[in-house]
Amino acid sequence: MAKSKPTVAVFKFSSCDGCQLSLLNMEDELLDLAAAVDIAFFLEATRAARPGPYDIAIVEGSVTTEHEASRIEEIRSEAKTLIALGTCATAGGIQALRNFADASQLASAVYAHPEYLNYLETSKPVSAYVKPDLELWGCPVNKGQVLEVITSLLAGRKPNLPTHTVCMECKQRGTSCVLVDSGTLCLGPVTQTGCGAICPALRRGCYGCFGPAGQANLKSLSGVLQGLQVHEGEAARLFRGISGYAPAFQKAAYEILVQAKGVVK
Amino acid sequence: MKTIEVPAMARVEGEGGLYIGLQSGEAVEIRLDIYEPPRFFEGFLRGRFLQEVPDITARICGICPVAYQMSSALALENALGVSVSAEVRALRRLMYCGEYIESHALHMYMLQAPDLFGKESAFELAEMEPETVKKALRLKKIGNELLKAIGGRSVHPVNVCVGGFYSWPDGTVLKAMLPELTWGLEAAMQAVKWSTTLHYPKLEINYEFVALHEEKEYGLMGSEVWSSRGRKLAIRDYEKTYIEEHVRHSNALHSHTVDGGTYLVGPLARLNLNHDQLAPIAKQALKEAGIKLPLKNPYKSFIARAVELVQFFKEAIDIVQAYAPAGPAHMELDLKAGEGCGASEAPRGTLYHRYQIDDHGLIQSAKIVPPTAQNLPRIEADLFAMAPALVVMPEAAATRQAEDLVRAYDPCISCATHFLKLKMEERDSSCK
Repeated sequence: MAKSKPTVAVFKFSSCDGCQLSLLNMEDELLDLAAAVDIAFFLEATRAARPGPYDIAIVEGSVTTEHEASRIEEIRSEAKTLIALGTCATAGGIQALRNFADASQLASAVYAHPEYLNYLETSKPVSAYVKPDLELWGCPVNKGQVLEVITSLLAGRKPNLPTHTVCMECKQRGTSCVLVDSGTLCLGPVTQTGCGAICPALRRGCYGCFGPAGQANLKSLSGVLQGLQVHEGEAARLFRGISGYAPAFQKAAYEILVQAKGVVK
Repeated sequence: MKTIEVPAMARVEGEGGLYIGLQSGEAVEIRLDIYEPPRFFEGFLRGRFLQEVPDITARICGICPVAYQMSSALALENALGVSVSAEVRALRRLMYCGEYIESHALHMYMLQAPDLFGKESAFELAEMEPETVKKALRLKKIGNELLKAIGGRSVHPVNVCVGGFYSWPDGTVLKAMLPELTWGLEAAMQAVKWSTTLHYPKLEINYEFVALHEEKEYGLMGSEVWSSRGRKLAIRDYEKTYIEEHVRHSNALHSHTVDGGTYLVGPLARLNLNHDQLAPIAKQALKEAGIKLPLKNPYKSFIARAVELVQFFKEAIDIVQAYAPAGPAHMELDLKAGEGCGASEAPRGTLYHRYQIDDHGLIQSAKIVPPTAQNLPRIEADLFAMAPALVVMPEAAATRQAEDLVRAYDPCISCATHFLKLKMEERDSSCK
């Protein structure tokens, strides 16, 4: 008998389930993948559940409750390799919009009895609590990238992930620039690729699902977007979206808002 | 004290637990505890521009983002007093076909089928029935590919906007899918026959079924809300009849009818109310399999999903064959203040949205009623009916049976939280 298979656990935090679904959406690879690893915990797919330790723990979602804050510490202590999967786990996700508002007011807008709820004032990434070994961005993640990460871990090598921008990918696929052509607001020049530059290909602007790229020149793009916006607040809202709590996008939105009105929050 | 506890419910979307309170061995309280954290979508939609809404609401659910995008777009178009072209409507139906195929194949084969075979997961089922699981994955992939062809990607597609689509999808890519869609239709026909040979637990419930209705098509984005108790409403009257409330044990809201009853949305409701509008081939599938309507067994929603697979493969083929987009993919919108509502049938049931906007198109208020919030009280009622049998069963078997029932409903807790841990507890008899 060959050496034992690595144990994999998949956990859900505050999220839409879409990144876990990206695992189940690997229709061509799923059964082979499931055979190559030992799935110890993956509630969306199986009732069978075993306690840690795990070789690989994959966490989807952001930390938005005290329970989640203590759970992420436990998972970290039980995992050899911890992967933060998707923009909720890497930047707090769309629900991190609460971080720029008064969470209790948001709660009152949705629930008749906010006092029944337990939640933290903020939605934060995994990294705000523990150190993940690898962060994979995307809303949702690119399943090709997920597969690359898992296979590289199984093979004991570093994953090969792109670091260039959506803008660059548009050039590669020959999509003409929506910013230049039609003055459409686009975060492509400052957003990590991974999506395949699908938005500009459909003639709309990128809205930053894969988070800020390392080499992004936010200041320059910010000026361009403010010049192009048709509706007031458009440029700031674009930064303050799916990846809005990522530090670079946070700063960009903040600076636009301060400049525009002296609005601070 | 007798306690049965399942740490968390598996093979459902989201997180929750089940609590059964016993007194002298009899169930006195049933609660589905929803501890999926609240995310406050309706709160942070305020102040966003209307065209951002379909991209934001999609993130409520990774399994049925198209439903959220469609209900958002319909409600906001209603607020602006516009309606989209016939071509856009057809493409929206095609996109919805993709979501139904992906979501139904996922639920039937990967989430519910393991229960019907007494397995823990589809991976285990694959060891016993490899061809069935491979077929399921191929079906699911077709749905996802269709979504990708229209929306750029299958989870959180990017092509839907208020007023239509950002761009017409490439017809050659869609037409190249016809051989797989044709295979899918045949596979779905076989799935209907197969679904009637499976063993379902015996349970018949006199539900009030609720679904959207369309006169000429199988209800997806209809203008009327029909009920098996004879109610026929315009969508604008939805909230007057189906009322959402906040209960202490749940981060998901609970709905009930205006007269205090529970009701059921989803595949059983749609099939029972709208079978006259099925395509001839789906009617033929029903007839050949000897399926008698109405279906009242919640586990048999499996059969209803199989019939819907036939329906949506057939529709997808027809729409792709006729696809020849003309004119703009989306209309220009004249912004004005207003209020509007819209609803569409998510794979799990009716999804209602209402928005108020100001004259700059900014959202002033948002209300979203997801299908699972509407089904939760009904699931609790079913568990209550099942409780006398559960309390005399061995712990593991009771847990399994309760879980299987909940999973048959295909609850989407991520959506409704706004999901299961089974805990059966003998209450201290001195407590009142």
